[in-house]
Amino acid sequence: MAHAETAASPAILDEVKPAVLARPDLVDHDRSFSWITEKICGIIEGKTPAWWWWCFGVACFVASFTVAGITYLVATGVGVWGHRNPVNWGWPIVNFVFWIGIGHAGTLISAILCLLRQKWRTSINRAAEAMTIFAVVCAGIFPVFHVGRVWYAWFLFPIPNSNYIWQNFRSPLEWDVFAVSTYGTVSVLFWYVGMIPDLATLRDRFQAAGNKTRSWLYGFFAMGWRGSSRHWSNYEMAYLILAGIATPLVLSVHTIVSFDFAVSLIPGWHTTIFPPYFVAGAIFSGFGMVLTLMLPLRAIYHLEDLITQYHIDCMCKITLATGTIVGYAYAMEFFIAWYSANPYEGFTFINRAFGPYAWAYWIMISCNVITPQFFWFKKVRENTTMVWVLSIFVNVGMWFERFVIICTSLTRDYLPSSWGNMSPTIVDIFTFFGTFGVFSVLFLLFIRFLPLMAMAEIKAVTPRADPHAGHDGHSAH
Amino acid sequence: MATPNYGLIATFDSPPDLYHAAEKVRDAGYKNWDCITPFPVHGLDKAMGVRRSIVPRISLAGGITGFCTGMSMIWWTGAYDYQITVGGKPLFSPMFAFPVSYELTILFTAFATIGGMFFLNGLPMHYHPVLKYDQIKRGMDDTFFIVIEARDPRFNLANTKALLEQAGGKEIKELEA
Repeated sequence: MAHAETAASPAILDEVKPAVLARPDLVDHDRSFSWITEKICGIIEGKTPAWWWWCFGVACFVASFTVAGITYLVATGVGVWGHRNPVNWGWPIVNFVFWIGIGHAGTLISAILCLLRQKWRTSINRAAEAMTIFAVVCAGIFPVFHVGRVWYAWFLFPIPNSNYIWQNFRSPLEWDVFAVSTYGTVSVLFWYVGMIPDLATLRDRFQAAGNKTRSWLYGFFAMGWRGSSRHWSNYEMAYLILAGIATPLVLSVHTIVSFDFAVSLIPGWHTTIFPPYFVAGAIFSGFGMVLTLMLPLRAIYHLEDLITQYHIDCMCKITLATGTIVGYAYAMEFFIAWYSANPYEGFTFINRAFGPYAWAYWIMISCNVITPQFFWFKKVRENTTMVWVLSIFVNVGMWFERFVIICTSLTRDYLPSSWGNMSPTIVDIFTFFGTFGVFSVLFLLFIRFLPLMAMAEIKAVTPRADPHAGHDGHSAH
Repeated sequence: MATPNYGLIATFDSPPDLYHAAEKVRDAGYKNWDCITPFPVHGLDKAMGVRRSIVPRISLAGGITGFCTGMSMIWWTGAYDYQITVGGKPLFSPMFAFPVSYELTILFTAFATIGGMFFLNGLPMHYHPVLKYDQIKRGMDDTFFIVIEARDPRFNLANTKALLEQAGGKEIKELEA
């Protein structure tokens, strides 16, 4: 896109005279700053809606399944989960990769789109970052309890202990410990720093409303923010650097997750395509989840002026692009399996598509490759119900992708004598089902008590925020 | 000069008003002054004459520390303190040490960036004269302020007030210290 007002235009632009494309408004109906504040703070300040209590009750009930499953597991042993020879990873790793992948869209929106100056991110980044953190919480449950005696989970970290031995840093599983814990930590920091100005807004509003407790609480976390421009200068620089480091972080996390597989010698896993393929899949599933969460919120809180059709279009297009990359990766895996002339590799892929887990494979293909193709059509993107339904299919498909990768490769590796099959136990199913409740409980608390959207950032991208409004753009530079 | 007040605060309704007023205050030679805005106003740094933030230097220091921590931790634990050969692989190689060092680079950079930002901004500071101004709530919502501190050498109650008035400031008030 060409923008004539860009200060550093090369001379050639004067000759070719590119058309100036109008940018779509990011906030509809030219809303004022105070309208944005009222709208977003109103969600927190208003009375708790009845639907919130219903959803919260249901979410707590669903979450109790994870609590029950985990309690039973800790009391009994890891054997209550359905993974045994030859599939020693089973559902927990499927669920772990599924949840950690969902988190990636949040970081993509907050970090990569920030670096690419995609201003439409401002309406959705806060909620997407919250989604990231809660998804990492859900993901973390599985490996932590998979270690067996969970009270020894701290052995994962290089903390001096009475055994005197240290972690094996040659293992991708140890890399994963660092990748995921760094990811969780940096996501929380990024989220919190982004929220400080909005917490200051809430502090002052609750103070004016005479609610001392909440004013004190928001004020405590607002760190005494007072909107100083000298502070904003450091703050914006810090935010930019955080975006700059979160970008390689998000790419590295799923890369390292894929190393858990790719560094092994199992056919179907030992491929160099895994890191980019996993990252694309993660972003794909994450955008599916962002759409699943944001569309109902938009309808419930009447946020149509802030999450406009343009935002939905953008999210659908990213889902389409990443879904197509994932589809390409599936095709390329097949091609390489044939082209490598490796009989084990070739067998693995034929077995994936036509073996005992073919049903899972074709669910994966239809959800991940066919579903996003509907987003080519404007009519589909403008139908929010349809977009929401398709986003659910994306979530389902991406869970099956991990299931297919893990189960087909492990149940049919080199020696037929060591073949087997894998089926989950009821404890597996309860624990996984419950994580949706854990996620929902956390997300519902978030929308009730914290600013759902980055007010300061949204204000900054409205036309009114331009300090040169009504002047010649060149005079500014 | 010896005024017990913190300084003067003036209100502006829109980013362009604030921007031009900030240029005037800057050109008048004030140093100890600030703008209060509900969001970062694009280009205001330049209008105020604020220099580029030095947060990146702190971040860089954090990143280098993180990388060195990762590499030396893996070398010390695996190749020095307690040697165990696993799978015939070397006791230490920067190759397998890289992913963990990379993650620690990012982790330490994040902490350094945020810590540096708070340090440079002097936060947390829950008490500040500006926060005592009864209209400050609007500064977190949709209004813009310029604050000129009394400790600025050029500060003179009458002249500074005149400058703010001439720059288009409304409701010019004295802030209690």
